[in-house]
Amino acid sequence: MDLLRFITCGSVDDGKSTLIGRLLYDSESVSLDVLAALEKRQASGGVVDLALLTDGLRAEREQGITIDVAYKYFTTPRRKFIITDAPGHVQYTRNMVTGASNADLAIVLVDARQGVIEQTRRHTLIAALLGIRHFVLAVNKMDLVNYEEAVFARIATDYAELTNHFHLPAATAIPLSALQGDNVVKPSQHLPWYTGPSLLEHLETVPGAVETAAAPRFQVQYVIRPQTPELPDYRGYAGQILSGSYHRGQRVRVLPSGLESEIEAIEVNQQEVETATAPQAVVMRLRDDVDVSRGDALVLAGPEAPTLTRELEATLCWMSEQPLWPGRKLLIQHHSALAKAAVPAILYKVNVQTFGRIHTEQAQLNDIVRVRLKTALPLALDLYQENRATGSFILVDELTGDTLAAGLVEAANAEYFTAPVAPPVAFSI
Amino acid sequence: MSTTFDYLDRLEAEAIHILREVAGQFERPALLFSGGKDSIVLTRLAEKAFRPGRFPFPLVHVDTGHNFPEVLQYRDQLAAQLGEKLIVRKVEDTIKRQRLREPGGKYPSRNPLQTYTLLEVIEEFEFDACIGGARRDEEKARAKERIFSVRDEFGQWDPKRQRPELWNIYNGRIQKGENVRVFPISNWTELDVWRYIQRENIPLPDIYFGHERTCVVLPSGQLLGLSEHLQLDEEDEIVTRQVRFRTVGDSTCTAAVESDAATVEDIIQDLLLAKVSERGATRLDDNISEAGMEDRKRNGYF
Repeated sequence: MDLLRFITCGSVDDGKSTLIGRLLYDSESVSLDVLAALEKRQASGGVVDLALLTDGLRAEREQGITIDVAYKYFTTPRRKFIITDAPGHVQYTRNMVTGASNADLAIVLVDARQGVIEQTRRHTLIAALLGIRHFVLAVNKMDLVNYEEAVFARIATDYAELTNHFHLPAATAIPLSALQGDNVVKPSQHLPWYTGPSLLEHLETVPGAVETAAAPRFQVQYVIRPQTPELPDYRGYAGQILSGSYHRGQRVRVLPSGLESEIEAIEVNQQEVETATAPQAVVMRLRDDVDVSRGDALVLAGPEAPTLTRELEATLCWMSEQPLWPGRKLLIQHHSALAKAAVPAILYKVNVQTFGRIHTEQAQLNDIVRVRLKTALPLALDLYQENRATGSFILVDELTGDTLAAGLVEAANAEYFTAPVAPPVAFSI
Repeated sequence: MSTTFDYLDRLEAEAIHILREVAGQFERPALLFSGGKDSIVLTRLAEKAFRPGRFPFPLVHVDTGHNFPEVLQYRDQLAAQLGEKLIVRKVEDTIKRQRLREPGGKYPSRNPLQTYTLLEVIEEFEFDACIGGARRDEEKARAKERIFSVRDEFGQWDPKRQRPELWNIYNGRIQKGENVRVFPISNWTELDVWRYIQRENIPLPDIYFGHERTCVVLPSGQLLGLSEHLQLDEEDEIVTRQVRFRTVGDSTCTAAVESDAATVEDIIQDLLLAKVSERGATRLDDNISEAGMEDRKRNGYF
C-alpha cells in the first residue's frame, strides 16, 4: 500500500476542518469514544461539529479557528493518507508553508458563495512555490447555493484562469458540501449533473509519492565507528538517500572537500545491497580512508553534480517576528550541513497574489522575499525546482536557536575555486 | 526508473533519519523506554540506524512502581540482549526526596508524578534530547506537536511558540537548560506499529496477548487488572476474564480489553474491527478534562 500526504488550504471559515472531519467520519476513521467526547461538548445537542475533530488546542477551541498545523491519519483499503490541516488565517501563513513543505497534493477550498478570493490565490501560489504539483479545487458549501451547476462552473473557470496565468498545474475541480457530506466520500444525489469522482475517490487514485529519476544525492548524518575487537576499522557513513539511486562500486566525490573514492558497500539494516534508492536510510562504506564527516555530501562526479557554492539566491518565507534586514548574520541548515551565513541584500518582496515584485527594506513575519545569501562554508546545492530535497534549507537564529525562515534555492553560483578553470581566451585589440 | 515504496518502508526511513539527526545534533540524548510496544519499536529502529555501532544514547526508564511485572522483566531482558545501557529512576525516590503527596483514591495513579522523576533524571544526566514513542494519532494535543519539540528549563511545552518544521530538516538548536523531546514515530498509527511488529517479527511482553486475568469491573464497564495498589471495597465486582492490553501504562490506570488474540495477526484483525481508540479503551487518566493531555504536556509530561 502506498502513501499520500496532502494539505488542505483556503481561507478561514471555508470549512477546512469540517471537510477533514467529514473525510474521517464518512470513511469510518473516527472512534466511538472520540465521537462521544464531541457529543458531550455539544451541550445543545444537534449535529456533531466535525471541525472539533482537528482543532486540538485549548486556544483553538476557544476561538473556533485553527492556529497550528495538525496531522491526521486515515487508511482506506487502497491507500494510507497523512492529512496536514494548515491554518487559513493570513497571520499563520508560516504554518501553511510548514504544512506545504511535506505535501504531495493540495486541496484548495473555496466557499461556493465567495468564489476565488485573495486567500485562494495566496495559498495556491504558496503551494505551487513549494513544489506541489497536484491540486484539487474543492468548491465547498454547495448546499448553500442550491447545488447549482452554474455556480460551480463559474468558480472552476475562474480558478483555471488563475492556474493558466501562472503556468501552474491544472486542478481537478470537485463540487461538495463538507457539512452535509455531499461528494466527500460518497457521491451525492444533490449533484446529479456532476459525473466526476468524489473527493476521496480522487485522492485514492491520484498518483502518490513516486521517486523520480532525480540525480543521486546523499548526505552524511552520522559516522558509525564501533571500534570493537571484531570491527576495529569499520567506518560507515549513515544517512538517508535524498534523491536518486546509488550502486555498489560507483565512483563518488565527497563534497565540499572534493576527495574521491568508490562505494565499497551499501548497507540497509546491516545487509549489503547492490542498489539503494531514495528515501532509504542506509550506511555507505568507501574503498579509501578519506576524510568524511556529518554534513558532507557523497555525489557522482560529472555533469549531474550539485553546485558547490558559498553564494546563492533564494526565496525565503520569513517566519519570525524579528524582521530580516540586509547584513543580518544567521545560520543556514542545509539538511545535516550547518554553516554561518549572512544576507547581504534583500532583492525584492513577492506579492503573493500576483507574484509581482515589491521593493522592500526589511522582511517581516510571513513575507516572501528574494534574497542573496553568503555562507561561511561551501554547500552542495541544487535548485529547488529541480530537486526539492537538496534545494531546500532553513535559516536559524544563532542565539535563540529559533527557525527564522524556510529557504528555496533559486540560483547558485559555482565558486571560483571549485569551478573548472576556464580555457584561456585569445583576443586581439 | 521510478520506484514505489510501501508506506511502512517510508515511515521506517523517516524514523531512522530522525534518530540519526538526534545522534548528529545532540551531545547527551536519551531514549525513554517504558517496555511498551512503541518504545520497543524505537529500539528496533535504533538498531537499524546505528548498528554495527552502539546506540549513541542510553535507555531510560521512569519506573512508577506500579508497573506490570511482566513488562519490567521484558525491559531488563531486552536491554541485556541489546547490550545497551539502561538507566532506571524510580518515582518512589522522587516522592521521598521532593516530599510529594502520594495519590489517593481507589485507583491511585502515579502517572502525574512521573513528570517530576523525568525532569529529575534529565537534570541529573544533563540530557539535551529525549526520544520518545509518542504518536500523533493518540490524542488531539499530540496531533499538534512537532517531531522536534523544544521544552524550556522546566520541561514546559508552549503550543503557540512551536518552531515551524520544514521538509525533513530538523532544528535541534537549544539554549542551556532547554531540552528537546523527539518523536520519531509521530506519523505512525497504532495499526502501523502492529503491522511493523508483525513484519519485523519483534517479540513483545506477554500482556499484549490474550490471557486469563483476575480483574475489577470499573463503573464504566472497563476491566482493570487486580493489583496490590488498588484500594478496593466490598462492592467491587471481581471477575476472571480472557484479556489483553492495548497499551502498557501503570497497572492502576491502564484497562484491559477482552480478547482471545494469541498472535500479532489476531491483534491486527481485532484492531481493524475496533470501534474505540487506543487511549479511549485503556486510559483512565485522559478523561479528566477536554484539555487533559495538553495541560499535562505544558507542565513537562512526556
